[in-house]
Formats: sequence, C-alpha cells, structure tokens
Amino acid sequence: MDEILKLLVDDARTTPAQLAILTGRPEADVRAAIAGYEHDGTIVKYRAVLNPEKTGEANGVVRAWIEVSITPQRGQGFDAIAARIYQFKEVQSCYLLSGGYDLLLLVECGSLREVGAFVAEKLAAQENVTRTATHFLLKVYKEHGDVLQPAETMPRLPISM
Amino acid sequence: MDTARVHKLNTIVAHLPPSGIRAFFDLVLGMEDVISLGVGEPDFVTPWHVREQAIFALEKGYTSYTSNKGLRELRAQIAAFVAGQYGVAYDVEHEILVTVGVSEAMDLAMRAILNPGDEVITHDPCYVSYAPTVTLAGGVPVLIDTWTAPGFKLTPALLRAAITPRTRAVLLNYPANPTGASYTRAELDALAAVIIEHDLLLLSDEIYDALSYEAAHVSMPSLPGMRDRTIYLNGFSKGHAMTGFRLGYACGPAALIAAMTKIHQYTMLCAPIVSQLAGIEALQHGMPDVFEMVVEYNQRRRFVVHALNQIGLDCHLPQGAFYVLPSTRRTGMDGLTFATKLLQEQRVAVVPGTAFGAAGTQHVRMAYAASLAHLNEAMARIARFIRDHT
Ligand SMILES: Cc1ncc(COP(=O)(O)O)c(C=O)c1O
Repeated sequence: MDEILKLLVDDARTTPAQLAILTGRPEADVRAAIAGYEHDGTIVKYRAVLNPEKTGEANGVVRAWIEVSITPQRGQGFDAIAARIYQFKEVQSCYLLSGGYDLLLLVECGSLREVGAFVAEKLAAQENVTRTATHFLLKVYKEHGDVLQPAETMPRLPISM
Repeated sequence: MDTARVHKLNTIVAHLPPSGIRAFFDLVLGMEDVISLGVGEPDFVTPWHVREQAIFALEKGYTSYTSNKGLRELRAQIAAFVAGQYGVAYDVEHEILVTVGVSEAMDLAMRAILNPGDEVITHDPCYVSYAPTVTLAGGVPVLIDTWTAPGFKLTPALLRAAITPRTRAVLLNYPANPTGASYTRAELDALAAVIIEHDLLLLSDEIYDALSYEAAHVSMPSLPGMRDRTIYLNGFSKGHAMTGFRLGYACGPAALIAAMTKIHQYTMLCAPIVSQLAGIEALQHGMPDVFEMVVEYNQRRRFVVHALNQIGLDCHLPQGAFYVLPSTRRTGMDGLTFATKLLQEQRVAVVPGTAFGAAGTQHVRMAYAASLAHLNEAMARIARFIRDHT
C-alpha cells in the first residue's frame, strides 16, 4: 500500500504538508495522489473513530453476529437477497462466507429484545432464509487491529547509549 | 581493618575513565515527565511471533546450554541471511559464532587479536564501548576525529594518516551510532583499498544494516579482497527490536572465529538458548516486521531533521540507524549546557556529544526511536527552548 494511504489510515487529519515531510515527496505530488485516490474511490471517506464508552453509546447498544443460511435465487445468486438484508439499518456489516452458512451479519440494536424482533420479523421472515443463529457480543478484546486495553509495556531506561 | 590490598584493582580497569556525563544521567533519572530522545534502542516491542516463540521454547523446556558456537539451525539461518542479503558465503561450522549481543562479539574479537600495545583505529564520534573494549583487551584505541568531516564520515586520507607500524585493526561502524553516517559502495571501496594496502584486519560493526534509508546497505566483507580480512559483526538488537534478548553474531575467517570461540567457551559458554530460538524465528519470519519498522523510522527521521532545521539547529540528514547529531553552536551553548538546560527547562532528554568522543563539545545526540506523537511534542519543546534563549 502507498505510504500516504497508510499514514492517512492511521490519522486522516495528517495534512499534505506533513505527509510531504514524512514521505520525502513534494507536497504537490502528495495532493495529486490524494485527489487521485478520492476520485477513483480508493479512499471511500474520512471518519472519526469514537470510544463508545465515552460517547455513552456502549450502554445502549447490543451487538450480535448472526449466521444466515439462504437458498440462492436463480440467476442472481446471493447478491439480491444479501441486498435485501444489508439495507436494514440494524445491519452494520454483511459478508458472504464459505462454509456451514452463507451470510454473516453484524447487527447493532438498542436492546436484546430489538435484536430478537429484528431476527424474527425481518430476517427469518425472508422467503429465502432457511436458518439463523445469533451470537451476542460479551466483550471486545481487539478491534480493527487495536487492542482496547493494551498491556502495559516495560518502560525503557530514559538514557542508553 | 585495612582493605586496600583486598580491594586493589587491575591497573587497566582502575585507569579506565568513567563516563564523563554520569552526573547528567543521574539528573535525568531523578526527573519526572521527561520526553526522552536519549534512548539507544528501538521503541518497538519485539514482534509478537518472536516473543511467542520464546514463550513456547520455555514451555517446551528449552532451558539448557547449547553448543558453544550456538544452535546449528541459528548459524544456518545467519549464513543464509548474510549470503542472501550481501552475497557473502560463510561456513556454518567454522566461520560463524553466536554471541551475547554484538557487545560480546566485539570484546571477543579484541581479546582474540590484540597484543599489549597493538593499536585499533576507529572513528570519533563512535559507540561508547569501542575505546574501553580495546583498552580492556590491552590494546590502544586510536581515534580519528570525524566531528567536522562531511557527514561525520571517515575518509581514506583520514584513515591513512592514522596508520602506524603498531596498527593491528580498523573498527568501522556503519550506519553509525551516534551519527547515522553510512557509506556508498565507492566510499567503502576506497576505505577497503587502504586497509588492504596496509594489510590490516577490519572489524565491521554493521548492527544497524537494516536501518538504511538512502541506499541499500553494502556489506564490507562483500568487497573484493575483504572477506578474509574482516570480522563481520551483526545482531538482533536493532533491526529486529530485540535488545533485551542479548543476541548477536560474528562471521569471519575460521582461524579468527576459532580463537574467539575459545574465549567465548571459557567465559560465556553460549548465548541463552531461548534467545537463540527466538533469533531463528526472527530470521525465518521476521523480515517483514523489520521492513515495517524501517518505514516508520524513515518517516520519523524526515520529520525530526525537518523540524530541527526549522528550529534553527544545524542537522545533517542521517543515512541510517535512528540518531541525529545536531550542532548546538548557533545557540551559543555547548552540548552539555544545552542538554542540561533543555532537560531542566523543557524536560526533554538528549545526550551530550561528549559521550561519544571528547571533541563532541558542540553536539547533542537525539534518538528518533520514539513515536511521532512523542517526537512532535519534543520538537515543540525544543523550539520553545530555542526561542527562550535567543
Ligand atoms: C554501534 C553499536 N554496536 C553495538 C551495540 C551493542 O549491541 P548489542 O545489543 O548487540 O550488544 C550498539 C548498541 O547500542 C551499537 O550502537
């Protein structure tokens, strides 16, 4: 991956001037590269990563992973039914997987009851859905490459030769 | 009771000068909230797969001695690395010795080759241990002043001028601590020509080889005529971020490695087995980690050099390692005063240049083995410091 992209993934607010210093490339080149990535869709958008504990959202959110088995539709495979499902706002992520089931959904709702209602009324009620299995989240250890409570590391001596 | 006789010291040890900046170190240790640019080791923790291998080794009960030379598998990996990276072939049985860091390898080399009074030429500034290691082995360090040479680099002319009939070896470190200086193929060729012409041995400390930013590192023993007159020293401390594992190695002609092994066998037995097993993992699967760290060091290097030059501290662009050695001359302060005041007023620790050679009165060493966030804060504090003093 381009070094510029890596730096932006780490901190999207790094300015072109700073990126130019860090990568040793002229600022104009950096600006042109970013414009190119934005234009061709390499960079989808810039977003802030929030700590749900601080925003208070953690308290009111229940997360569940739901395995969904479906009968593919003739001529459309899984795509059409996936699109029907992932457009529900409760669905944060939707993946087609190989193995014992077909779609894996990450669903977020305000309560256990809401998840239950979503599964019963929206998901299992789909004509092509043959089976669902719901797993509720208990604890997050690591997410998107970040360990949420990093272990303390040994401090180095402040001076060594 | 009079203990003078009991406490009497070896003459060389008694006369070995203590580090001149001890007082400065004590000052740093007694202070809180210090941002330290004084650390000569990576800020990265050893990659997890390497640590996990060490844990696994302990679980499996690998707690014994190994052969004096080191595990054969590790020596084979070292041979493969040096051959693959630099095109130099070393025999796994007779030309490679695994040591407790480059530090031990350096000490063994000196003790193996020096007779009392033999001279070892090195550059000044240099790593703090060089002169004491030569002295402790009975040799005489001959320091070539490169403080004012372009890029702090040793040149053939400077080297030639230091050679005497007593010269036994040249000790060269590149990329260098504390200067970041490194050499192109042509520059190394020119130095090698002088070494060959005077029939000298070279100790080549290439521990920072992986941390080369401007051009691919060229290894001394890969030059024509140099393999059989070079003891090549490298290790895991810097590139693989494994300082605490204490693991290094020496490659060289069989006769010299045999002599070093003899000393090692009586004084150390072997490098720790857990570290050796971790070293195998690092060489087998750890190069991608090294490349990732190099990219980050390089960003920090550019950031720090840019910031220092903007602040108004003259700083050349280092080619390797993770140090910059700016001059404090424009501030009107010498390096020690600068470092002491910077610590007291802005709580940023840097190392006075005199730690690396008596002529380094006008420099300070800053290590950029720290996160960009830390470096950013450190540079802001240094900028404030300079503003307060001009
Ligand atoms: C130039 C140089 N050589 C050798 C060493 C010692 O390395 P090791 O940890 O392998 O003993 C260092 C450590 O700072 C160094 O900078």
